[in-house]
Amino acid sequence: MERLTNRSKVVVNKEMTFLERMYLPAILGGMIITMKHFFKKSVTLQYPEVKRKFAFVYRGKHILKRDEQGRENCTACGLCAVACPAEAITIVAAERKKGEEHLYREEKYAATYDINMLRCIFCGLCEEACPKDAIYLTEETVPSLYNRKDFIYGKDKLVQPLGTSAHPKTYKPYTK
Amino acid sequence: MEIFLYDKTIIVVIVFAITLVIAMYSTYAERKVSAFLQDRVGPNRAGIFGILQPLADGVKMFMKEEIIPTASNKALFIIGPSISMFTACLTSAVIPWGSYLEIGTRHVAMQATDINIGVLYIFAIVSTGVYGIIVGGWASNNKFALMGALRASSQMISYELAMGLSIVALVMMTGTLSLKEIVEGQKFIEGQHGGLWNICYQPLSFLIFFICALAECNRTPFDLPESEAELIGGYHTEYSSMKLGLYLFAEYVNMFISAAVMSALFFGGYNLPFSDFLSEFLSHNTIAILGTVSYMAKIFIFIFIFMWIRWTLPRFRYDQLMHLGWRILIPLALINIVATGAALVFFN
Repeated sequence: MERLTNRSKVVVNKEMTFLERMYLPAILGGMIITMKHFFKKSVTLQYPEVKRKFAFVYRGKHILKRDEQGRENCTACGLCAVACPAEAITIVAAERKKGEEHLYREEKYAATYDINMLRCIFCGLCEEACPKDAIYLTEETVPSLYNRKDFIYGKDKLVQPLGTSAHPKTYKPYTK
Repeated sequence: MEIFLYDKTIIVVIVFAITLVIAMYSTYAERKVSAFLQDRVGPNRAGIFGILQPLADGVKMFMKEEIIPTASNKALFIIGPSISMFTACLTSAVIPWGSYLEIGTRHVAMQATDINIGVLYIFAIVSTGVYGIIVGGWASNNKFALMGALRASSQMISYELAMGLSIVALVMMTGTLSLKEIVEGQKFIEGQHGGLWNICYQPLSFLIFFICALAECNRTPFDLPESEAELIGGYHTEYSSMKLGLYLFAEYVNMFISAAVMSALFFGGYNLPFSDFLSEFLSHNTIAILGTVSYMAKIFIFIFIFMWIRWTLPRFRYDQLMHLGWRILIPLALINIVATGAALVFFN
């Protein structure tokens, strides 16, 4: 019979020799293997003090960007909510009033912008859908919390704090 | 009270304290050894290198809620771990920790008591230790606990046979059951003894004894009584707080004691190599203390090997366990006895 792949192996159930049936040489071999690991460098990072560097494309907690003049980019178009496969984003839009031009870049803005972090799968489709460069996924992780309602992140947690700067095109977290 | 009794009291207290401290730090060593064998670092937050971890564990054990199941037999439930711990601590009485110390004109033996049936005494006490497990497992009124207890008792009874038989060959050779005399028999004396350890004469006996000691201590690969994957902890499933602590602690005390017995029986105990050479420029007491230190070093090496094996080998299946005990170790031990007897007749 012709074999489908060259990776198949023929199983041999041959009688074990006396030395093999004693198991002691095999046990010794196993113990030597573990002893080799005894002298290996441990892979542990001392977590709170040392943090593992995330990959450049890591997708973590979201951020709603401001522009150079500190105005919110988001115009509440809802494309992110439509793109979201987990339906984690809820937006309520509002119209910008006179005298709020320094707060919002466009005439329309998001009065509330909630992301349910328990629903979010951190796929980054919202970021891809956004035409205004408003939403990005940072390197920050979402911490574990005690209550479900605490996982619904509002604008207070998502909007980039005033006076901070970060390049909108990078995934790096903003720095204060 | 006679001065003799004062000596004994002090020795008993010291031995008891040292046993407990070593058992305490065995838990720490176990966690560190397992971590190193698995490329981790182990506990390192409590104190420098995690040295205070056993204390933290102890405090945790005492602070935990004490739960006695309503359907359990309360008296036996409490007696179980007590027997375990009690028997584990009793065994250290006959172990010779060192040769005698010269205090003034008196010779103080570094041993609680040198009875002439020391080996038998150890076997008797160790087999009583089964009661702690089976009483605790049965009193819990839990099927898993009962299964664990049954496994423990059948395992310990089967392996005790092979263990006893393996020692018979050694006893035939040394002609004594006293641990002290067995250790002294391995001493180098000009013209009388070669100073060779007993393992050189009885390697098979040692191998059987070592395997059985693993089984007696319920250590991997013989940890069927508490196999957490199948029996949720086995006989101590229902135990909490310090009663659980006593069970776990008794295991480490047992490990320490069996390491001590093994190094006394097969590895020369407290004998120092070149002790007669050293005695030319060191006082007797110094050599005695050095001997005790070397004995402790041997014990620690054995404890390390116990842990090394635990973190290397998987657990036996129950039928494999019985097969190994009854159909391999016991016949081997019998053959060893016959061979030793033949050799004794032939050479004398």
